[in-house]
Amino acid sequence: MRQSAAPILSARALCVDFKLEQGWVRAVDSVSFDVRRGEVLGIVGESGSGKSQILMAAMGLTAANGRCSGSVTFEGEEVLNAAPERLDRIRGSSMSMIFQDPMTSLNPYMRVVDQLTEVLVAHQGKSRAEAIDIAVEMLDRVRIPDARRRISLYPHEFSGGMRQRVMIAMALLCRPALLFADEPTTALDVTVQAQILDLLNGLVRELNAAVVIVTHDLGVIARLCDRVIVLYGGRIMEEAPIEQLFGAPHHPYSQGLLAATPRLDDDTAHDLRTIPGTPRALAGQASGCPFAPRCERRMERCMAETPLLRGEHGRTAACHLVAG
Amino acid sequence: MSGTLLSVRDLKVHFPIGRGFLTAAKSAVKAVDGISFDLERGETLGIVGESGCGKSTLGRAILRLTKPTAGNVVWLGRDFFGLDNASLRQARRELQIIFQDPLASLDPRMTVGAIIARPLKTFHPELKKAEMDTRVKEAMAQVGLVPEMMRRYPHEFSGGQCQRIGIARAMILKPKLIVCDEPVSALDVSIQAQIINLLRKLQRELGLSLLFISHNLSVVRHISHRVMVLYLGKIMEIAERDAFYANPMHPYSKALLSAIPLPDPKAERARERVMLQGDLPSPLNPPAGCRFCTRCPMATDLCHSSEPPLAPRADGRLVACHFV
Repeated sequence: MRQSAAPILSARALCVDFKLEQGWVRAVDSVSFDVRRGEVLGIVGESGSGKSQILMAAMGLTAANGRCSGSVTFEGEEVLNAAPERLDRIRGSSMSMIFQDPMTSLNPYMRVVDQLTEVLVAHQGKSRAEAIDIAVEMLDRVRIPDARRRISLYPHEFSGGMRQRVMIAMALLCRPALLFADEPTTALDVTVQAQILDLLNGLVRELNAAVVIVTHDLGVIARLCDRVIVLYGGRIMEEAPIEQLFGAPHHPYSQGLLAATPRLDDDTAHDLRTIPGTPRALAGQASGCPFAPRCERRMERCMAETPLLRGEHGRTAACHLVAG
Repeated sequence: MSGTLLSVRDLKVHFPIGRGFLTAAKSAVKAVDGISFDLERGETLGIVGESGCGKSTLGRAILRLTKPTAGNVVWLGRDFFGLDNASLRQARRELQIIFQDPLASLDPRMTVGAIIARPLKTFHPELKKAEMDTRVKEAMAQVGLVPEMMRRYPHEFSGGQCQRIGIARAMILKPKLIVCDEPVSALDVSIQAQIINLLRKLQRELGLSLLFISHNLSVVRHISHRVMVLYLGKIMEIAERDAFYANPMHPYSKALLSAIPLPDPKAERARERVMLQGDLPSPLNPPAGCRFCTRCPMATDLCHSSEPPLAPRADGRLVACHFV
């Protein structure tokens, strides 16, 4: 793996707020991270942790009732709140995204061939015939059998796993430098998930792309990622290389999440460890650690003072208990 | 465990396809195709398989929520499928179900108290309001809900709490069997662990039997005494829990287990995988011979021509494979 020194994507103090009936609500709160080429970064969190909104903000896809602040740079260029014309130059060609649900992200009225070639014709000025050849080759690469015939089919004529392959092919067509994947295998059966994860792993390492993958599944993180960010209530709780996060998690939330995940090799005589309470539905502006209401090691200070991320060498945690 | 609660024999559920006003059905989807097993009192049987394998249809057919095509079910020594409507209604008190989507299975216009009391009202209309309330509060306390919440509506609760409401509703008639259809699939990891522990506790304390339907083999391992693996409507393997996870015998069981990404990067990257090719074949047109032969790494000509019987092995488990 070739990792370059300069990050290709940098987020600094990224905040995303949404205007709801009760006023402005913060979904992503002061999130900063870097990704380099050749590196796979995982963002793990439960529903409402803001994990998908980070990707949406970077892609300029935040919903109309949302607003983003802070900074996100792609190859040194600010992309947060950038003009659509500027984003259009980058999106699809140097920066692309795989969504969770392939059926709702593919256009049901368009043949797969038209959806795949559109991006090549628009971004790279290829002729239609050239574009079709490249698209067929990419479908071959994601192991869709009989690609030259199947490329003329409509999305509904593919199975769920095949549709996700089409999505991956579409995202990789222009050989992007940065790939976002939002729960790319959550809608799939485990045997198909295993195929897709392998495929994705091979392709991104080969392209030497930078990848940010968002998931709730610690198994997917363990399989694919080099580094992981644990998100709770819109804030980063911990960031670490995966061996360190899985081997010795520092933050009580990371510890709880790992302990609550049923495994194939743990003791079944005892109950699973749980995290009391429920994930907070919306990140609030309230002071203190967002995880404090559910934390078994909560102190008075945790409710009053928001802990900052401390640590070094890519190993940080936001907890008053963890010495920086 | 003592005595058989439920005996299922050669159960089939076929859904006709292409039946018109005057035309006979052209073919049928054989969702459940000849399934037999026994369930003991106090036993939890995990039913696993990928989408379309027939696991939910099996659960619903046993409760007569879906009309079975053939076969029979003996419930406590009585022919359950032969019961007339009045007797079926009485028998149903002892067989309950909880569903995957906790919010969708609760009537949004009813208070939580009314939802949980509904089965009691149906079967014990003679109960006074005060008695009814007491029973509802008991059921709520049993599943870890604060009884003071009984006047609230489902939308005021989180997913995990809604699933607790569904469990309280299933428990209030003190049933002997609960069919759990993917009860934790829609929940976050930290909440999933709470619900698994709750079901384990109820099962242990009340001697309930559970049919636990899930695609998640790690979850099934934490709650089941025995595991049944389904593929395209047929049993591939049925075995004691520990024997199954230590040594899955059917090639499909092996593939399923090895496809699960482990939340442990070292183990995950080191292990050997049985990678299946392709997707699940269409249940409209299942392969001849062994149903798994099109994806099986061990398949030979024999598998394509002759269907292996579900035969007992040395340790008492049943496996349907020519080469085990």
